[in-house]
Amino acid sequence: MKKDGQKEILKQVLRYIRPYRVLVVFSLLAAVVSVALTLYIPVLTGQVIDHIIGRGKVDFDAVFSVMRRMIAVILLTAAAQWIMNVINNRIVYSVSGEVRALAFRKIEELPLSYLDAHGSGDLVSRVTADVDQFSDGLLMGFTQLFTGVVTIFGTLVFMLSANVGITAVVVLLTPVSLLVARFIAVRTYQMFRLQSEARGQQTAFIDEMIGGQKVVQAYGQEKNVQAAFDEMNERLRKYSLRAVFFSSITNPATRFVNSLVYTGVGLTGAFAVLRGAMTVGQLSAFLSYANQYTKPFNEISGVVTELQNALACAGRVFELIEAPAQSPDPEPAAALKERPGNVALRHVDFSYTPEKKLIEDLNLSVKSGQRIAIVGPTGCGKTTMINLLMRFYDVDGGSIQIEGTDIRSLKRRDLRGSYGMVLQDTWLRSGTIRDNICMGRPDASMEEIVRAAKEAHAHSFIKRLPDGYDTVITENGGNLSQGQKQLLCIARVMLCLPPMLILDEATSSIDVRTEIRIQKAFQTMMEGRTSFIVAHRLSTIQNADRILVMKDGRIIEQGTHKNLLEQGGFYAELYASQFDRPINEIPKM
Amino acid sequence: MWKLLRYMKGYGKESVCAPLFKLLEALFELFVPLVVARIIDVGIAQRDEGYILGMCFLMAALGLTGLICSITAQYFSAKAAAGFASRVRSSLFAHIQALPFSGMDTIGTSTLITRLTSDINQVQSGVNLFLRLFLRSPFIVFGAMVMAFTVDAQAALVFVVVIPVLCVIVFGIMLISIPIYKRVQERLDRVVQITRENLKGVRVIRAFCREPLETAEFERDNGALVKIQLLSGRISALMNPLTYLVINGGLLAILYAGAYRVDEGLLLQGSVVALVNYMSQILVELVKLANLIITVTKAIACGNRIQKVFDAPAGMESRTVRADAQNDEGTVTAADGTENSAGDTVIEFENVQFCYQGAGADSLTDISFSVRRGETVGIIGGTGAGKTSLVSLIPRFYDVREGCVKIGGIDVRAYPVEKLRSMVGMVLQKSVLFQGTIRSNLLWGNEAATDDDLRRALRLAQAEDVVSDKKGGLDAPVEQEGRNFSGGQKQRLAIARALVREPEILILDDSASALDFATDARLRQAIAGLPGDMTVLIVSQRIASIRHADKIIVLEDGEIAGIGTHEELLAGCEIYRETYDSQFPKEVQA
Repeated sequence: MKKDGQKEILKQVLRYIRPYRVLVVFSLLAAVVSVALTLYIPVLTGQVIDHIIGRGKVDFDAVFSVMRRMIAVILLTAAAQWIMNVINNRIVYSVSGEVRALAFRKIEELPLSYLDAHGSGDLVSRVTADVDQFSDGLLMGFTQLFTGVVTIFGTLVFMLSANVGITAVVVLLTPVSLLVARFIAVRTYQMFRLQSEARGQQTAFIDEMIGGQKVVQAYGQEKNVQAAFDEMNERLRKYSLRAVFFSSITNPATRFVNSLVYTGVGLTGAFAVLRGAMTVGQLSAFLSYANQYTKPFNEISGVVTELQNALACAGRVFELIEAPAQSPDPEPAAALKERPGNVALRHVDFSYTPEKKLIEDLNLSVKSGQRIAIVGPTGCGKTTMINLLMRFYDVDGGSIQIEGTDIRSLKRRDLRGSYGMVLQDTWLRSGTIRDNICMGRPDASMEEIVRAAKEAHAHSFIKRLPDGYDTVITENGGNLSQGQKQLLCIARVMLCLPPMLILDEATSSIDVRTEIRIQKAFQTMMEGRTSFIVAHRLSTIQNADRILVMKDGRIIEQGTHKNLLEQGGFYAELYASQFDRPINEIPKM
Repeated sequence: MWKLLRYMKGYGKESVCAPLFKLLEALFELFVPLVVARIIDVGIAQRDEGYILGMCFLMAALGLTGLICSITAQYFSAKAAAGFASRVRSSLFAHIQALPFSGMDTIGTSTLITRLTSDINQVQSGVNLFLRLFLRSPFIVFGAMVMAFTVDAQAALVFVVVIPVLCVIVFGIMLISIPIYKRVQERLDRVVQITRENLKGVRVIRAFCREPLETAEFERDNGALVKIQLLSGRISALMNPLTYLVINGGLLAILYAGAYRVDEGLLLQGSVVALVNYMSQILVELVKLANLIITVTKAIACGNRIQKVFDAPAGMESRTVRADAQNDEGTVTAADGTENSAGDTVIEFENVQFCYQGAGADSLTDISFSVRRGETVGIIGGTGAGKTSLVSLIPRFYDVREGCVKIGGIDVRAYPVEKLRSMVGMVLQKSVLFQGTIRSNLLWGNEAATDDDLRRALRLAQAEDVVSDKKGGLDAPVEQEGRNFSGGQKQRLAIARALVREPEILILDDSASALDFATDARLRQAIAGLPGDMTVLIVSQRIASIRHADKIIVLEDGEIAGIGTHEELLAGCEIYRETYDSQFPKEVQA
């Protein structure tokens, strides 16, 4: 089964390389030429040596004619090597660039359920590290494999054409070197596994302890922690010593076997020369072959593991690229009326995982211009409402309608464009303040941007930044305060100000003045717009036209603040604990 | 980096032997071409079969001794490298453990983790490789040249030309590629960044329908990356062909010179073969040397980064304040604070100024207040107002810049740190649990606590259901960083951990933020109902959490904007009133 999987992946890889097949052919040709010529040099060197026999016995004409040939061969080899390198680079980098772009485009199209289920770290590493590994490992590995095989066969041919007996010595002795390498590798593998296990364990421990360092110190646990660390450290040292040592035996051991091969060639060769079956020059060529014959074998065994690794990486990348994209927008899509405002949820069922039902038979109808506050304990499904309204997720059953039209028959662009969304988890991108504000309308003029910022009460702090609207903020607004980030997100929505709003209030309050500004900005925005607010502030709740009290994915109560309090249900309880009553009147839940 | 070498102590023998044995191996390797030359010039020329056999036996013996030397060297260098790395790791970890909070803040957690893991690994392989190759590779390169001179001085001049030219090519290409490679890395970082941003901000990007724009931007950056990759590829593509040309040029020169020298009878045929062999040995070792230099440079860079962490001062500054000078009553005798139950005032801040290391301005300015035993104190203020900084001074996580903090009438700097911290139960903003069991985590508070103590603390912390929900009760496993618990569960367990300690002073630093309001309220109620006279400090942004405190401190921009009870502050503190109004707007009567 695993083999089949690898075959599948290989087929896909070939598909990506297909456009470069002409280049691939040239690369392979260049490889064959350069290998063949490289192997030819020792033969020519041998010929030269055979013409340099001794005092007064040097055939200069012959020497020079062979040397001229050598010059040509050397130049050709260098050229072939260069061409091969350049072509390979071109293929590797182009393919990896294309695959990266494909993967990124796919990320933009994937349904949120996929993205939420995979960590962003995992996906980032697929787009970058895995793609690199795949292109490097696979394509480079392939050329190495190819040149390796050509070298082995080429050497065999050259050797056989010179002397069958000595060739036999080389061919019979070489496997010993491979066996030795394999013997060591198998034993080392175990050591490496132990080392990486110990290392992984220690890294996890370090992560945890350094991350929680303040707690460690607050509880004075430094000594215990250090003792546990040292114990792991000692284990790692032992495993590491063994892994490093045993793996580093490989080189000397194969070198030793090589020297045996070399000696064998020297011995049999010398006797062959004595018998007149071979010339000294040929012996010298043989010796240099004996030196390099095992090299491609060792390389190939290294390449095979690298290839497998590369295939695994390719598999991960392709899995992303081939993941089913979100359903396409309907064709033709329904048109949305100019300023939509009426929203209805009809018998909506939804869950993130089939085993755990979240929302069941949810009904709600909202009239244009109403403010809907959603309250409830954490995990009750408030954020899920946002996911469904924006169609980040599709409902499992029932439907959500805007102006009587199922949102699934609208273009996503139209649906999402009619909502302005401010999430409590503020997200800004690296770039200037201006870039961030005009995210929804890249063509907005400077005046419009400033106006939006003013309405969002963000202008005053932006003005005070070093470069005003051109101040560059780092990834996720690292250099701004939480409140400032929120104001920027509001300004961003203020600039396009769509007919409906989805607002997610921040749970923790920001400093008083900023908080008041944010509240004011929210008020301005909500004027005359259908708004859904995940609410934590009493003022927001009190001003809402309707409050939805959610618990465990269901709306358990709804109504205005006043009549909900009068009902004396869950809402009244929440309200009491949060806002007013003395502690001792709180009922147990 | 060099300071790190003190951890090599005790591995002196190994670090001398490893390169020496490597050197021996190289020496034996250098003899081989000479032996081959003898086989040709003596054995074959004089048709002496015994001589040939003897020489071949010598070659095999050289190989075997080489193998033994080399394995010995590998063992020594592996032992030295692994031992060295292990020592550095252990003392670096110890050093980090002893770093004051300010040190940790400036260096940063993720940096510290990298230093301890991948940086040390790099150094280990750097040391290992260095011990093995730094003598061997140059020795073979220059040894080959020297041997060539012993064969024939004139022909050996070719080596004098070839070696520098090769060096220029190998190191030149390396030098040119390094900055380009840096640029490749920068472009790659940009691609990583934009991918990550798109994943983190996917909801906003889709809400604004920006997918096509983002794709276009990615493709632009990606294109730039491919372009620079191709450039760097083109440069390194020159390496093989150029070195090949030079080496084989050298070969031709040797053959050319050899032909004349042999013709004049100054050189034998076998010696020409030996010269050719020496030429081919050079290149391999030179490439190894180049790689060695890269690895060692990297290792040195890592080593320097590690050394920087070592350079950060560990421990609190030992600016011990004499206890008796600070103690008005004079009843406290020693700096170990054993008799600290003096007076009614437990915590006292006197004109405290506090500034984070490297920060331009003070985070706390002129803070003075005192807390009496058994009081509950609320501390409120916006983010960045200085609440956490203020409470962090009590267990001396940081030192004040001016003024002083006293516990039981004694300056905190006069206590041994462990003693001081054992009096304080602190629950941090971000609750952290550690791998183990619920019990092992709670025992951090007090190793001698019984199960009953633990259960009592859990009950107080409203965490009983957390334990009963998990299989195994108190012995339920806690995964790394407590990730099998929700935020609220972790917070309650962290509070229980602090309560197990039965501290004199309990500090809750916004530690109820992940609790729902009702649980938060019950928690406060339970703590308030505790017998004894534990002093409690509650940091919060929610007025509801602190309004019933005996005393409320309002912080704004690092200064005290008001101290008093809820009612007093409502009447007299504008900021408090504003906060109250924003959290409790007057009932809008519909």
